[in-house]
Amino acid sequence: MRGIGKSFPGVRALSDVSLTLNAGEVLVLVGENGAGKSTLMKILSGALPADEGEILVNGTPVRIGSPQEAQHLGIGMIYQEFTLVPQLNVPANISLGAEATHAGLIDSAAVNERARRVLDELGLELPFDVPVSRLSVGQQQLVEIAKALATSARIIVMDEPTAALSDREIERLFTIVRRLRANGAGIIYISHRMEELPQIADRVTVLRDGKVVETRAASDFPAAEIIAAMVGRRLTSHFPELPPVPADAPVRLEVRGLGREGIVSDVSFSVRAGEIVGLAGLIGAGRTEILRAIAGADAPIAGTILVDGRVLHPGRIGGAIDAGVAFITEDRKAQGLVLGMSVRENVTLAHLKEFVDRDQLVNVVRERGATARLIDELQIKTPGTEQLARNLSGGTQQKVVLAKWLLGDARVFLFDEPTRGIDVGAKSEIYKLMIDLIARGAAIVMVSSDLPELLGMSHRVLVVRDGRIAAEFSRAEATPNRVIAVATGAAAA
Amino acid sequence: MTQRERFDYWLRIGGAIAFVIVLVAIVDVASRGSFLEPSNIVRVLRQITYNCILGVGQTFVIITSGIDLSVGSLVALTGVVAALFANSVHLSGFPLIAATLIVALAVGCAAGWVNALPVVKLNLPPFITTLAMLEMAVGAAFILSHGRPVALQSADFQNTGIGSFLGGLTRALHLPNIPVPVVWMLAVIVIASVLLNRTRFGRYVFAIGGNEEAARLAGINVTRVKTAVYMISGACAAIVGFLYMALFSSGSPQTGTGDELLESIAAVVVGGTSLMGGRGSVVGTFFGALLIGVLYNAMNLLNVDSYLQKVLLGAVILLAVVLDELRKRYLTS
Repeated sequence: MRGIGKSFPGVRALSDVSLTLNAGEVLVLVGENGAGKSTLMKILSGALPADEGEILVNGTPVRIGSPQEAQHLGIGMIYQEFTLVPQLNVPANISLGAEATHAGLIDSAAVNERARRVLDELGLELPFDVPVSRLSVGQQQLVEIAKALATSARIIVMDEPTAALSDREIERLFTIVRRLRANGAGIIYISHRMEELPQIADRVTVLRDGKVVETRAASDFPAAEIIAAMVGRRLTSHFPELPPVPADAPVRLEVRGLGREGIVSDVSFSVRAGEIVGLAGLIGAGRTEILRAIAGADAPIAGTILVDGRVLHPGRIGGAIDAGVAFITEDRKAQGLVLGMSVRENVTLAHLKEFVDRDQLVNVVRERGATARLIDELQIKTPGTEQLARNLSGGTQQKVVLAKWLLGDARVFLFDEPTRGIDVGAKSEIYKLMIDLIARGAAIVMVSSDLPELLGMSHRVLVVRDGRIAAEFSRAEATPNRVIAVATGAAAA
Repeated sequence: MTQRERFDYWLRIGGAIAFVIVLVAIVDVASRGSFLEPSNIVRVLRQITYNCILGVGQTFVIITSGIDLSVGSLVALTGVVAALFANSVHLSGFPLIAATLIVALAVGCAAGWVNALPVVKLNLPPFITTLAMLEMAVGAAFILSHGRPVALQSADFQNTGIGSFLGGLTRALHLPNIPVPVVWMLAVIVIASVLLNRTRFGRYVFAIGGNEEAARLAGINVTRVKTAVYMISGACAAIVGFLYMALFSSGSPQTGTGDELLESIAAVVVGGTSLMGGRGSVVGTFFGALLIGVLYNAMNLLNVDSYLQKVLLGAVILLAVVLDELRKRYLTS
C-alpha cells in the first residue's frame, strides 16, 4: 500500500500511509482507537474506497472496489465482530456465498469436503452437524478464520482476533498463524495486547493519528517503546499505583455459597471498602455469571449476597441497583447502551427516578446538567449531551456506561472486561477512575481476560475454574504463571 | 446537531411543507376550490380520527419493537360490550356515558394485558399472540351480539358521536362545526405525546425498543412496561369502539374489522416510527394519518376510481418509507 489517504467529513482518517507486507510474515499493526487501523484495513479489503494512493499485490497495481474483488485477489479479512450465521453449521458457514452446486442445488458433500480440507489445513477439529451458535466463542472465532481461508487467501487480515478468546484458545490461534506464515501467507494482525507481540510478530507498525509513526522488527521493539510510539509520550507504567486497603475498612460486599445450576457452585468471598478483587479464569469458567448473579441479572440462584450487611433479593436488578450495585457489562453495545439514544438518555437511564419532578414529568434540564457534569468529570469526548451513543468511539462509549453508574451513589462496582477493545489512553483513564472509586470507599470486583491488567489492578485475585473459586492469591503472590496454572487446571490450588 | 443533521432537519420541514403546498394547490385547482374549504378540512379530520387513535396506541407497541394486530377486532368487541352495558344499566346522561366508557376501556385494557402475557412471560412473538387475540375478540363480539348490531336504547350518546364541540362559539365565528370525536382524537394525541416524551414510562418505552437487555440491566421493569404498552393499545382500541358505537348508535361486531388495522399501522410507519423499535412519535403518527386522509380526500374530490385509490395509497406508503430509509442512510454515511 503506497501513500494511502482517506478523509471523512471533518476528519483526516489517513494520510500518506505506506505499508509493505512480505510473504511468510506477520505484520502487527498497533495504534490507539481512531488511529486509522480499521479504516486502512477496510480500504485493503474493499469495504471503503481510498481517496488517494495505490495498492499493489505481488507488484501489480490493483483496484479493489468491493469485498468480492478483494477476495479474488486473495485478500481475506477476519473481522472483530463475527460474521457467522448462527443457525447454520460449520461447513455451511465456511462455504457461505460460495456454495458448490450441482444442477442448481447445493452439493452438501462438496461443501462438507471443502470444510474438512480447510480445517485439516489448520489442524482443527470442529463438530460439523450442530449450528455454530452452539459452539463456544473461541470455536466460532476459529470458524471465522477457516471461512476467510477457504477462499485461499494469501493476504490475511485479522482484526483483534484474540479479544474474545481464552489463553488456551489464543495459543491455538497462534499455532495456526505460525502455520499460515510457514506456508507463505502474509498476515496483518491488529492487536491491543502488548504481551502477544513477542510471540507472534515479525515486524510491528505503529499508526498514530492516521500516519505511520514507526515500523521496526519486533525483536528490536520493546513493549514500552511501542506504547510510547502509540500514545506519542512515554508512559512510565501501565498501571497506576494501587493504594493499600485500610486495615479497618468495612466489608462492602459479601457473597456466601453462591450457586447457579450447572454454571456456578459454592462461590464465597467478600470485598472490603477500598478494595479491588479480580476474578481470573478461562472464558466460560463462570466469572461473568458470578457478576451477573450479584447484579440480579439471572435467577434462580442459590446462596446469599449482602451489600453493606443487607441481604439482596436474588434476581432483582432494581433491588441491587437501589442497594448500590453497579454492573458494567462486558458487551457495551449489546448490554450497556441504547445506541439509538443520546448520551444524556443513556446516562440517566438507571436513575431516571431522581429526575422526575413532582408533576411526574422528567426534567430534561436537570438531566442535561448532571450529564454535562459527568462529561466533564470523565472527560467524555462528545460534542454534547444530545449526541447519540451510536456515534461515539468504543472508549467513549465505555465512559458513557461508567457515567451511567457514577450517577447514583453506587458503592459496589462489578466491572466485566472494562477495557476490552479500547485504546491505551482510554484504558489508563479507566484505571485512574477505578482508583478514584476505591479512594471514595467503593468496593470493586473486576473480571478481565487481560491478565497483566487483572494482576496490575487487583488487591486480591480469585481464580475461577468450572464455576468454583479454585484459588485465592494476594497481590504479592499473584504471578501470571501461578494464575494461569490454576485457571487451566495445570496446578491444584 | 451536526451540520448534516441541521440540513436534514430543514430539508424535512421544507420538503414536507413544499409537498403539502404542491399537493394542495393541484387538488384545490382541480377540484375548483372545494378542497380548501374549512368544511372539507374538518371532514378530513373527522375521517382520520378513528385510525389515528388506533395508530397512537399502536405507536407505543411498535416503539418497543412489537406489533398489535388485534386493535381492529378490539374495536368491534369493545363497541359491542359497551352497547350491551349501556342498554342494561339504569343510568342516564353523563354517568351513563362515563360508566360505558370505563367498561369499554376495561375490556380493551384486559385484552391488551392478555396480549402481553405470553410476550413478556414466554418471549413469544407479539405477531402471534395478537393475531390470536384478533380472532378471539371478533368471535367473542359476534357471540355476544348474536351477529347483529346492538342498537343503543339511550339517545344520550348522540353528542359524543355526531355532536359539535363548542357549537355556539364556532357558529358565532362562522367557522365550521368541530365534531366531538375530533376533539377526542386531539386529546388522545396530547396525552399520549406527553406520556411518551416527558415521563419515565415513555423513556423506558424507547429504551426497551432500542436495547431491551441494556434496559433490563439498568433496572427497568421490562415486563411491566411492555405489558403497559399493549394495554395502552387496547385502551385506544376501546376509545375507538366507544366512539363508533356513539356514532352509529349501536355496537356492531363488524365495525373496525376492515381496513382499520392496516391503515393504522400505515399511519404509524408513514409517521416515521421504526418497525425495528426504539424510534418514533405520536405526533408523527397523526401526520401519517393526516397524509393518508388527505390523499383519500383529494382522490375523492378528483373522482379517482376507488380501486386505483388503493394502488396509489400503497405507492405513497412505500415511497414514504423508502425516502425515510434513504434519509437515514445519508445521515449515517
